[in-house]
Amino acid sequence: MKEFLFVFRRDFTASAIQLSPEQLQSMMKPWQDWMGGLAAQNKLASSGNRLASEGKVVKSSKVITNGPYVEMKEAIGGYILVNANNMDEAAELAKGCPILTIGGNVEVRQVVPMDDNS
Amino acid sequence: MANQNELIPHLFRTEYRKIISVLCKRFGFDHIEIAEDITSDTFLSASETWGLKGLPVNPTAWLYSVAKNKAKTFLQRDSHFQNKIAPEIKSALSGIQEPEIDLSDQNINDSQLQMMFAICHPSISTEAQIGLSLRILCGFGIEEIADAFLSNKETINKRLFRAKEKLRTEKVKIEFPKSSEINERLEVVLTTLYLLFNEGYYSTSQNMTLRKDLCLEAIRLCYLLVENNNTNQPSVNALLSLMCFHASRFEARINQNGELVLYDNQDTKLWNAELIVKGEHYLNLAATGNKLSKYHLEAAIAYWHTNKTDTKEKWENILQLYNQLLQIEYSPMAALNRTYALSKANGKEEAIVEAMKLNLADNHFYFTLLGELFTGINNKRALENFQIAHSLAKTQTDRQTIQYKIDNL
Repeated sequence: MKEFLFVFRRDFTASAIQLSPEQLQSMMKPWQDWMGGLAAQNKLASSGNRLASEGKVVKSSKVITNGPYVEMKEAIGGYILVNANNMDEAAELAKGCPILTIGGNVEVRQVVPMDDNS
Repeated sequence: MANQNELIPHLFRTEYRKIISVLCKRFGFDHIEIAEDITSDTFLSASETWGLKGLPVNPTAWLYSVAKNKAKTFLQRDSHFQNKIAPEIKSALSGIQEPEIDLSDQNINDSQLQMMFAICHPSISTEAQIGLSLRILCGFGIEEIADAFLSNKETINKRLFRAKEKLRTEKVKIEFPKSSEINERLEVVLTTLYLLFNEGYYSTSQNMTLRKDLCLEAIRLCYLLVENNNTNQPSVNALLSLMCFHASRFEARINQNGELVLYDNQDTKLWNAELIVKGEHYLNLAATGNKLSKYHLEAAIAYWHTNKTDTKEKWENILQLYNQLLQIEYSPMAALNRTYALSKANGKEEAIVEAMKLNLADNHFYFTLLGELFTGINNKRALENFQIAHSLAKTQTDRQTIQYKIDNL
């Protein structure tokens, strides 16, 4: 079993879909059900963290810019760690993520074990 | 006045652990067998003397005074004690000449709690912890423990012997853990009490009285923990609440033939209202602090089950509690129950898709759940799954339960 990082990204800029507090509230259940489903398959390695929408980026020129964006307009909203046998299975698990329903995406990356130098 | 035939077993249940804990604390864990012998001997004297002369006015006081005298006699006579142990005890008590055995309420309670921590020591296996708890804290006989574990006397004897040896070589003391360690050590104690309760509640043993006793003992020991300021933590209250809720259904979940009655078919008039109120009381007390333990979540799930009426709110809450519980600790049973709650909250179709993802193909409960989910949607597949479940089930009770579902298709 390998560990995979799921990074949740979505467009937070003004032109993107803006969710009302009610819509945000109604987004909670799909998230809880999806995470619960992963945990029920014993595939959730860590519930990870949700990130606040404010942020700053420090660049090589030591210039600090506002906003949690590097080059893209999308920002990271949170991450979890998932157990899967391989990348295909991990990607399959990511298909149920509720962020996909609001135009976001999930980046799936394998965690390199400490003793693996490959 | 209570019949003597009932009185001695009753006193044995309530007083054995008190006397042995006080004696053991006094002699040290190295001499636990002596404490066991003196305590057993006290009860033997009681049955002989009370049989001949009738019951004393205060049987408990009688037991304490006899145990005290036997312990004193032992301390005075035994040459090993005279030469090696007694001086240590005397110096520890600095100046007290007469060996005093303190059977005050305070010392009884403290000794029992400290004994609990000593027995639930991380150096011995969980099975050994439960076994020793049953023997020493619950006064169970070796045969009863073997029955509860579906094992034999010899295996249990060996297990307990080895566990005691290990505690001795680890030099485990009968004392409260340091306040910096208490939370960590308390976790182990709670796990043992939780398993002790489950042993009675879910055990396959046919002995109903024994199973109920196991549950009641776990509740009593948990109650001791909430009564003490050092150990009265939110998670302890949550565990006690969970036990009360479950125990409230004890009479309803087993029928006269000893068969399991499923939740849906239980007669709610047989639910114990007093225990439900107690469960709510301890759940409220558990709602402090900032740590959400698995006992909190399980108690909350059990709370929602105290109202049999199916409502959207009920199953949505149960589903979310299982979602959280699984994130704290995965277990196949929680995964199956979560999927059942999902079918009630979000519908069977979604639950079937989720159930198919669960990798539990060797578990008969898994196929029972699938059968349940397919019932009314695709009865042919429901039957197939119930049949697999039937072939995988290990006990007669489980097979009966599944057969009942097949018959009702």
